[in-house]
Formats: sequence, structure tokens, C-alpha cells
Amino acid sequence: MLGHVKDSSAKRPALLARLKGRGRRGEVVFIALSALAALTLVALVLLMVYELTVTALPSLQRFGAGFIGATTWDPVNEQFGALTAIYGTLVTSFLAMVIAVPLSVGAAVFLAELAPHGVRDAASFLIELLAAVPSVIYGLWGLFVLVPLVKHPLEAFLGDYLGFLPLFQGPRFGVGMLAGGIILAIMVLPIVTATARDIIRMVPDSQKEAMLALGATRWETIWKVVLPYARSGITGAIILGLGRALGETMAVTMVIGNAPIISASLFSPAHTMASQVASEFAEATGRLYISSLIEIGLLLLGITLVVNVLARLLVWKSTGGSRTGEAV
Amino acid sequence: MTGLRKATNAMMLSLCGLSALLAVAALVAILGYTISKGLPAISFQFLTSLPQPVGETGGGVGNAIVGTLLLVGLACVFGIPLGLLAGIYVAEFARPKVAFAVRFTADVLFGVPSIVTGLFVYGLVVIKMQGYSALSGGIALALIMAPIIARTAEESMKLVPTTLREAGLALGIPRWRTILSIVLPGALPGVVTGIMLGTARVAGETAPLIFTAFGSRLGYQGLDEPVAALPLQIYRYAISPYRDWQQQAWAAAVLLVMGGLVVSVVVRVLTRRRLH
Amino acid sequence: MLKLPSTVPGAGAGNSMEASHRGIRVQDLNAWYGRLQALRSINMMMEPKLVTAMIGPSGCGKSTLIRCINRLHEVVPGARVTGSVLLDGVDIYAPGTDPVELRRSVGMVFQRPNPFPTMSIFDNVAAGLKLNSRMPRAKLSDVVERSLRQAALWDEVKDKLNQPGTALSGGQQQRLCIARALAVEPAVLLMDEPCSALDPVATMKIEELVRELREKYTIVIVTHNMQQAARVSDFTGFMLMAADRAGELVEFGRTGEIFTNPRDKRTEDYITGRFG
Repeated sequence: MLGHVKDSSAKRPALLARLKGRGRRGEVVFIALSALAALTLVALVLLMVYELTVTALPSLQRFGAGFIGATTWDPVNEQFGALTAIYGTLVTSFLAMVIAVPLSVGAAVFLAELAPHGVRDAASFLIELLAAVPSVIYGLWGLFVLVPLVKHPLEAFLGDYLGFLPLFQGPRFGVGMLAGGIILAIMVLPIVTATARDIIRMVPDSQKEAMLALGATRWETIWKVVLPYARSGITGAIILGLGRALGETMAVTMVIGNAPIISASLFSPAHTMASQVASEFAEATGRLYISSLIEIGLLLLGITLVVNVLARLLVWKSTGGSRTGEAV
Repeated sequence: MTGLRKATNAMMLSLCGLSALLAVAALVAILGYTISKGLPAISFQFLTSLPQPVGETGGGVGNAIVGTLLLVGLACVFGIPLGLLAGIYVAEFARPKVAFAVRFTADVLFGVPSIVTGLFVYGLVVIKMQGYSALSGGIALALIMAPIIARTAEESMKLVPTTLREAGLALGIPRWRTILSIVLPGALPGVVTGIMLGTARVAGETAPLIFTAFGSRLGYQGLDEPVAALPLQIYRYAISPYRDWQQQAWAAAVLLVMGGLVVSVVVRVLTRRRLH
Repeated sequence: MLKLPSTVPGAGAGNSMEASHRGIRVQDLNAWYGRLQALRSINMMMEPKLVTAMIGPSGCGKSTLIRCINRLHEVVPGARVTGSVLLDGVDIYAPGTDPVELRRSVGMVFQRPNPFPTMSIFDNVAAGLKLNSRMPRAKLSDVVERSLRQAALWDEVKDKLNQPGTALSGGQQQRLCIARALAVEPAVLLMDEPCSALDPVATMKIEELVRELREKYTIVIVTHNMQQAARVSDFTGFMLMAADRAGELVEFGRTGEIFTNPRDKRTEDYITGRFG
């Protein structure tokens, strides 16, 4: 020990030697390992793009950019195009957002602003639980409970009363884009709700109190102060939900009917990019068929990357510095 | 005018409440129906036996239970160290810009559809090993799990006060030991929560297994052989034309839901305790 | 071995020269946080086995100064130091010097009590030893008891060594932190406003303790409380940070002189409460 003993000068070389240290091997190894892990995560995203591109190469070379715009999906003659899947993906996701966004924002407002403590905690827990239910169980429930309900009464009602719209024409199967959109809406709901709730909670009380003090009602305060204040964060939450909807696979696969059809009617069976890959991959034979499916996966990756980057930036911006990495 | 404003207020607030109620109702409907439909079909024989040949009734999901445990175990073996170390790096060592980049990638990786992760592992492992395998399934699940663990580990380590790190360093404890013995235990509830959330999430994953673990009617055959999984079996049984299989899908779904419920409740308790 | 400047400004009081190789000698020390300079050309000598108090208004750099003595300053991202600090004649900033080893010789007590929340009272005191070397439990017990006795805490906690350290009162926690620092047998004890979070009774106990510990340790105590400095210290340094200048050592000398007969007008103004 370095003690202030009487002849500390004699101890000095020892102190000097000690302070030189023993070459911290543990420290170096630990930092190297953790840095390697972090690097691996980053590398994985790049490797993913590379690997999918390589495995999709036969299809990329054969069809080029035309792949995206082509509507043929003919395994027998080996003609493949992605447009039917892209169309199905966009329509179901859009439908899901149309249904889920008002409900989510409403539920988020309720949880953040209106509900008493006990109710808020319980409801938050249940809604988060909804987010934890595996996709395949939504699919199972969707297939055996939702699809019959969609066929009758929902499609019967829509077809009878709104059948003049192209959206609601044609044979009523139950399975189809309508069922796909609804199941996606249910799945997206808890994600958007939970994120939007956290963002609404960050609106400073002073903002609301100022409005309430002016004699505004609770709703006017929410509508004119809280929601505008939280707008970009809520937009981020919605896009985050959209990202989930675009890539969601099993539940949609089980209720959409999986047919390469582009139809204006929501009653029509269709497929999404994810459902097409999931439902056809096991039976796909031949390099070109498989690589076409993988190219669809590559396109899906591209779309969800863009959507997610956008969403993260918006959510980060509005949840403040704690998540942006500027603060240590 | 005042009357109209009051009415609008009351109506809109009720609509908000109704939205929340609908979300909760959806959960009750899905879980309630699944449990009521599947629970009666669960028996010892269902849990332990292998599937019967097509067309014959009876049999169980023993293969899928073994497979899911194996796949989740493999995912943990790869995913926990990867995620935890990456989280530690971001929270403790990385410069702000690097931290931002890693955090951002982890979030992006989290947002990648699981089916794409499956295709990636198909190209990376399955093609190279020339066959579907339990190993490739475990790797695919680990890739889904790692970013979740990394983010939760990082965020809960950030909550450990700086002064505790400094107290450790001031005692002459090397930085890495300070992190492992002082910071990490302080962040443990959060870290465990992340691990459990990650585990629960991958235990229910189906899509990536289609191209990797593939499924099997047999039990464990080796890491380089295909293996069954509960979610995969639920999917295949659900879309099959056989009543008996559909019934088994419901029963298997109950197992999956129960597992998820247990994890959620445990996580809830853990995060509660951290707040107090 | 070391060429010391013939005069050390500030360290005016007589006996420092003959003991120049012992204690802590600060030479032309500058410190930065990023672009912000916190310390400017500090020169002083902290005598062995005496108490040196650093006083001054908040933000004047006095905490930064003591954090330079155990090289804890540099763990803050972007922090930087020039100049040197000699501990018993050895430059702790010399290339190749291991801050981890240094910190085992220089203990530190922080502004707020920060016992490790996941550890028992026993483990808190033993942390510095346990996490650095393997020591038999019996010997460890001896060290823990000795340290707790030195920190005047033994009688209060001897029956509950296995309880968490955070269950103690604020004053007890701070003495636990002192015991923790003493357990690794440092030569120097740095105390960064150790009483600022404590009530008067607990403060008094800590002050008593400082007077006792002075027999064995070189103590540097930062305080915003001038009475405290007057009560516990042998030497006092007064620091000041002007609007456009980093923290400077305005005056340094025997505590009695500083408080009764300051040479600098600014010191006098501060001590008489005209600003700060």
C-alpha cells in the first residue's frame, strides 16, 4: 500500500511501478467484445441488404426494373412481377391505418389525459398485452372468427347498402383485403396507442392549463393544444404502426386468400408482399421462382427501412434529447 | 353555444374512452375465444405425443414444444450476449455519434419484418448448410431478439446514476468490473425485462421459421436437421382442411398465449418494482 | 528524479518546501470540459496528514480540482487536463500511469451518499477489495470491521451487515461511503462537499470523523460552507471563477490566516459574505 510511512522516499519506486499498471487485459477484452457486438448489429443490416440482393440476383437480372411494375405471377411459365403484391400490401395497410389511427389516437388520449389512475394502468397493461400476442394467433382467430363475420354481416351490409362503390362489389368470400385490413388494424392498434400515449404524456401541463384557464373545455384543450403539440410524435407513432402493417405476415397470410389479383373491390382475395413469400416459399421450385420471392422480400425490406427511419426520426424528435444520443 | 360546446366535449371524450374500450375488447375477444376453444383440448397426451400421420386423429404437439424450446434456447444463446454486449457498448463506451448510429440501427433492425429476417438467414445459413435446420431457425430468432435486448439494456443502464459508476472507479475498480458488478446489477430489472420481452416475442414468431427451421413431424433430430415449432404448427394446422388439426391449432395457441401471459405479468411485476 | 520549480505560488506556508516530495503537489494544472475551461494554472501543495479545504462559490472549479487528483475528471466525455499532479513525488499524469491503480491510493467521497444499491452494507465496504482481488472471507471481515470502525459506523450497523446499504439514513450512508473508501487503504481521501446533502447532526458527525481521520490520511475537502472549512481544515484554498475566466486559485494558506487575515481583497469579500 502507498502509505505515508516515515521514509516514503524508499517507497517511491514501488509506487511508480504500481501506477504503471499491469496492462489492463480484462478492460481491453471487454471493450473489444462489446464493440464487436455493436458492430455486428450494424453490419447485420448491411449484410442483410447484400445477402438478399445476391440471392435475388437471378430474378433481378432476368426481370430488371420491370419486376416492380409487372402484374403477372406465373410460376408455370416463370414470369414474375411484384405489382399485385405491392398493390395488396398498400391497400391492406392503408385500410388498416384508416381504421386504427382514429381509434389509437382516441385511446391514447383517453389513457394519457382522461382515465383515472387505476383504469389507466389496467388498460395500458391490457393494450400492451395485445401487442404481445403472436401474429399467428391473430391469424388463427382471424381465419375462424373474423372471416365469417366479415362475410356476414359486414360484407353483406356493405355490398347491399354501399354496393354502388367499386370498393364493395363482387362476390363475398370473407377472406380478402377487407379481412386483411381489419386484422392488421387490430394488430397495429396497440403499437400506435402505446407510442402515442407516451408522446401525449410529454405535453407540458402548463400548455394545457393555460388553455383550460381561458375557459376551454377538456376536448377543446386536447384538440387545440395537446394534439397539435404532439403532432409530429403522433405522426411518428402512426408511421411506426404502418411499418408493422406493411411487414406483418402470418395473420394476413391466413385471412387474405393469397391470390395474385388486382381488384378495386375490398372483398377480393389478394396477397401482400409478405403473405406471398410466406405462402409460396415452401412450394417454390426452381431458382428463378425462389429468387423472385426473395426479390419481393428485398423490396419489402427497402420499403420498411424507409418507413422505419422516417418514424424513428419523428418519434425521437418529439421525445426529446434523452433518446437522441446527444446527452450522455 | 355553450350547450353545443358541452355536448361536443362530452361526445368526443366518450369517443376516446370508447376507443380504449374497443382495444381492450379486441384483446378479450381474441384471448377469450382462443382459450375457451383450445383449453379443453389440452391433455397430457396432447402435450407429449408426436403428430399422427395425415388423416388419423389424435396425436399431439410434443415435437413442437421441444422444437420451440430448442429454438428459443438457441436464440437466447446467440441473441442475449450479442444484444447485451451491444447495449453495454452503447451505454458505457461509445462516443455520442457512434452510440447514435448503433442505437439507430438497432431500432431499424427491430423494424425489419421478421419474414425478411427469415429470408436473410435462408440465404446466409440455409443455402450454405444445404438444408433447413434448427440452427438456422435459432439464428433467425436471435437476430430478432438482439436489438430488443440491446435497446432495453442500454436504456436501463443509462438510468443507473453516474455517481455510482464514479464511486466504483474511485475505489480503483477497473471500468469493466464497475460495469459488470455495479452498473449491470443496478440495471438488472430492466435488462431482465428486455430479455423476457425478446424471448416472448421470438417464441411466437412464425414467418422466419418457414425458411429456416421449416418444421418437422418428428422430435429433435440434431441441430442441422429441421425442427418443429409451436407457431409453425399452429399455422400449418389452421390452414389444413382437417377438423382435428384445426382443433389442435387452438390448443397449441393456448399454450403460446399462456406462455406470453406469464412473461407479461412477470415483466409487469419487475418494472413495477423498479419504479418503487 | 523530478525537477520541481523552486517556488510554488500559493503554497506559501513554510513547511511545504522541505516535504516537497510528499503529499500532493499540483503544478500548473488546467482542466477543460470540451471547450469550457474549468481550471486555470492551479499551483498548490496539499500537505500529508493534514486537512486541506477548498472553498469558493459554486462552479468555481473546486470539485474539478479534486477530481483531477484521482483522475476521475477524465472519465467525463470530452474532459481534458494539462499540467501535472505529483502524488508523493510521482506524476500521476505521466504517460503509462494507470488511473485504476492510482485511484486505489486516492479514495473519494461524493456529494451525495452513493452506496451501491444492489449490495449489502458488508459488500459495499468490501466492494473495492472484492472486485479487485481475491481475498479470503475472514480477512475481508476484518477489513470491513476496521473500516466501519474508522468511519464511526460499526456500532450502528454491526448487527445488520447483510442489509442493503441504502436502508441506512443519509448520514449513515455517507459514513458507509467513507468506510468503503477507507477499506482499500488509500493514502489520500478526497471529499467532495460530503455534507451538502446531510442535516446538521449528521454533518457534525462527519466533521468529527474528518478530524480523526486526519491522523492517518491526507484529506482534501471541498465545501461551500466556510464555517466547516474553518472547523476542520489546516489549510484552505479559495477559488474563484470570473465570468470570462476559468477557475483560479485566488489564495491559499493556513486556515487561520485565510479566515482572519486574507491577503486578497476577493477572499475577504467572499469570507465576509459580500458575494458568493
